[in-house]
Amino acid sequence: MCLAAFPAISLTGATKSFGAVRALERVDLVVAPGECLGLVGHNGAGKSTLMHVLAGTLAADAGELRVGATLLGRGYSPAVAYRYGIRCVFQELSLCPNLSVAENTRIFHGALKGFGWKAKARALIGAKLDEIFPGHGIAPDDEVADLSIGKRQMAEIACAFTVTDTPLRLVILDEPTSSLDASTAQQLLTFLRTEVAKGTSAILISHLLKEILKTSDRIVVMKDGKAVDARPAAQFTRDTLVAAMGTVGEHGKAEAAPGAKRSALRASQPVVIRAKPHTGGGQELLVHRGEVVGLAGLAGHGQTRMLLQLFDGGRLADTTVSEPVAFIAGDRQTDGVFPLWSIARNISIGSFATLLSGGLLNIQKEDALAQSWRDKIGIRTPDIGNPILSLSGGNQQKALFARALASLARIVLMDDPMRGVDVGTKQEVYELIRAEAEAGRTFVWYTTELDELAYCDHTYVFRNGAIVAGLGQAEATEERVLASSFHEDSAA
Amino acid sequence: MIGLTAVSNPKLLRSILPALSLALVLGAIFIKLPTAMSYFGLNLLLQYAVPIALATVAQMFVITVNDLDLSMGAYVGLVACIGATLLHDNPPLGVLALAACLAAYAVMGAAVQLRGLPSIVLTLGMSFVWSGFAVLLLSTPGGHAPDWLHNLMALPVPVVPFPIVAAAVIACVVELGLMRSSFGVILRGAGGNSKAVARAGWSLLAAKVAMFTLAGVFGMLAGLSLLGLTGAGDAHIADRYTLYSIAGVILGGGEFVGGRVSPAGAVLGALTLALANSFLNFLHISPDWQIGAQGAILILVLALRALIGAMERRP
Repeated sequence: MCLAAFPAISLTGATKSFGAVRALERVDLVVAPGECLGLVGHNGAGKSTLMHVLAGTLAADAGELRVGATLLGRGYSPAVAYRYGIRCVFQELSLCPNLSVAENTRIFHGALKGFGWKAKARALIGAKLDEIFPGHGIAPDDEVADLSIGKRQMAEIACAFTVTDTPLRLVILDEPTSSLDASTAQQLLTFLRTEVAKGTSAILISHLLKEILKTSDRIVVMKDGKAVDARPAAQFTRDTLVAAMGTVGEHGKAEAAPGAKRSALRASQPVVIRAKPHTGGGQELLVHRGEVVGLAGLAGHGQTRMLLQLFDGGRLADTTVSEPVAFIAGDRQTDGVFPLWSIARNISIGSFATLLSGGLLNIQKEDALAQSWRDKIGIRTPDIGNPILSLSGGNQQKALFARALASLARIVLMDDPMRGVDVGTKQEVYELIRAEAEAGRTFVWYTTELDELAYCDHTYVFRNGAIVAGLGQAEATEERVLASSFHEDSAA
Repeated sequence: MIGLTAVSNPKLLRSILPALSLALVLGAIFIKLPTAMSYFGLNLLLQYAVPIALATVAQMFVITVNDLDLSMGAYVGLVACIGATLLHDNPPLGVLALAACLAAYAVMGAAVQLRGLPSIVLTLGMSFVWSGFAVLLLSTPGGHAPDWLHNLMALPVPVVPFPIVAAAVIACVVELGLMRSSFGVILRGAGGNSKAVARAGWSLLAAKVAMFTLAGVFGMLAGLSLLGLTGAGDAHIADRYTLYSIAGVILGGGEFVGGRVSPAGAVLGALTLALANSFLNFLHISPDWQIGAQGAILILVLALRALIGAMERRP
């Protein structure tokens, strides 16, 4: 009888760091039985980390997790989570593409085994699909690789709600509607309400605030790894929700730059980039010489694709990029550094054309170039002949900046390059970008950190692959950017 | 009618491609050597089909979890040598040696999973280890197959030649275990999306060790059956089996990554290779050219598959 007095799940003081980055800082989260909790926040607010901690796929550095009255200790894992009825639909699809829908259901449920397991799995997933998405058009024997992305997502969601030997307690849905069309999304949300009415709890993460407001009982707002606001959904409106996601204090604003002079660039300098995103319509991207242009919006909404489109600019008919470009990758380890090479070679690789003598690489010239950039940009190493991996992450990123800036490129494309870089290095790089821009270099800068937009002369906000807003430096406030990233109808 | 549906349905076309290539090679043989179309003729042509099919299935287990075993040939050779010496002269010691081989395979699987070692490098290294032990056991071709093994491989089966019966049994057993059983699903899932399988609470280490151990078991069966056929061992008796086994899996519709394999297809692929091998022998084509001819068959089938793949992408 006293069971109902306990929450379905409660997390207290959850803390998690990745290197120097605090992803979660003493987060408390309680979900009552039969409650649908909405979870919102901007990029990197810690929503996904929190979800992984609850699902058992990431271990928190500190904090207590209770399911009902039971305290779950160190050995918490996805298998334990499953036993306690905690299910998770991850944002990136996690089905096996080489298996059928029914076979994927089997992977999910350890109890589906023995003679006749396949018939049981087919019946189980078929019935759940019929219940959630009537008219879904998915056969249990369809191979997942043959399904469209929307149908894969439907199959995965239905799979999370199937029940075999353990009861369902909590289902965590991370952006479940991102690949669904409007009517199937509505089917899901309707189902979610009836399921919650039966006593199951749910956590819904979505950037569609309308969905969150309509479906949740209570909404928790996260920012910088903390839960900053939690209220019943009825007490929020779109605007108050957006306001809660942004900061109140205007900290770290770039010393308000020589505003007038910089904004005059738009009027006085020639256009060097003109492009419309291939991924969607909306406004045109216009960049003038010497500008620092920011690409903002939620992660994965077409910014990186835009940069790649600009990089290929010369070969595309509908994209004009009139000066040579260089690209600075955000994912250093996979796209940026040559891990076996020296620091010097990592810098000079972009400038080989200028370092040749008689068709061969001139080592003296190469060293001189690397030396000069080490001093200019302050890469902390006693010897540029050392391997690149001897540097800290921030200094590796500086070397990548040096590579781009040492080259002849007049336009520098940056793909969220400050990921996981310490504050000191960031400040140095910001100044460097400023100085280079003053000298006439042009920067296109995709950033997931709202603070960095203060260093941009002009900001374009992306949503669903389209440019939905173009904001001047003074207009690019956190509220405006957040509003454009989230709202369907606020295009400035 | 059936032909028409197949042509219009690339998925079906792809699944019958292994059987089609086998039929093609068989047809060529029957045209060139009409006498081969008999119990005795097929028995002779398919003589080495059983060990090749077993080695191919062994390789298929490794490929299912996105790895590759470059030591298969050397391993089959070592097993044959153990069979011709230790197992014949001192059966308990022989069994112990074979068990040690299986344990080594399990450890290889664990090392690939835990240490993130590239399986290609690890198995290439192990191939020298296997060969080394094989040469230590039998520095020159020789030894004797245990009698029971020899008798088993010469088992007279009425009407249908023994290699065909054996291949069908192998295909059915593995098809049931890997494609139909509930645990086979987990093992294939580990090759398709290991993250998803781990998130569902399964141990990837167990899956990898299971697959490598199964490869060890089937590789061992390949070595013993080969010994039963030849009657004597040799360290280099199966050196070509590494490439045969990989080619058989691919001919049978398997893919190098993504957990997409077909046991029945792999056995068909192995039969195709064995037949092509015997056929080229019959034609008195020198062994140097045989490898090239097999390569040509492989390229032809893969080209067909690529063509079907292109058809699939075009709606």
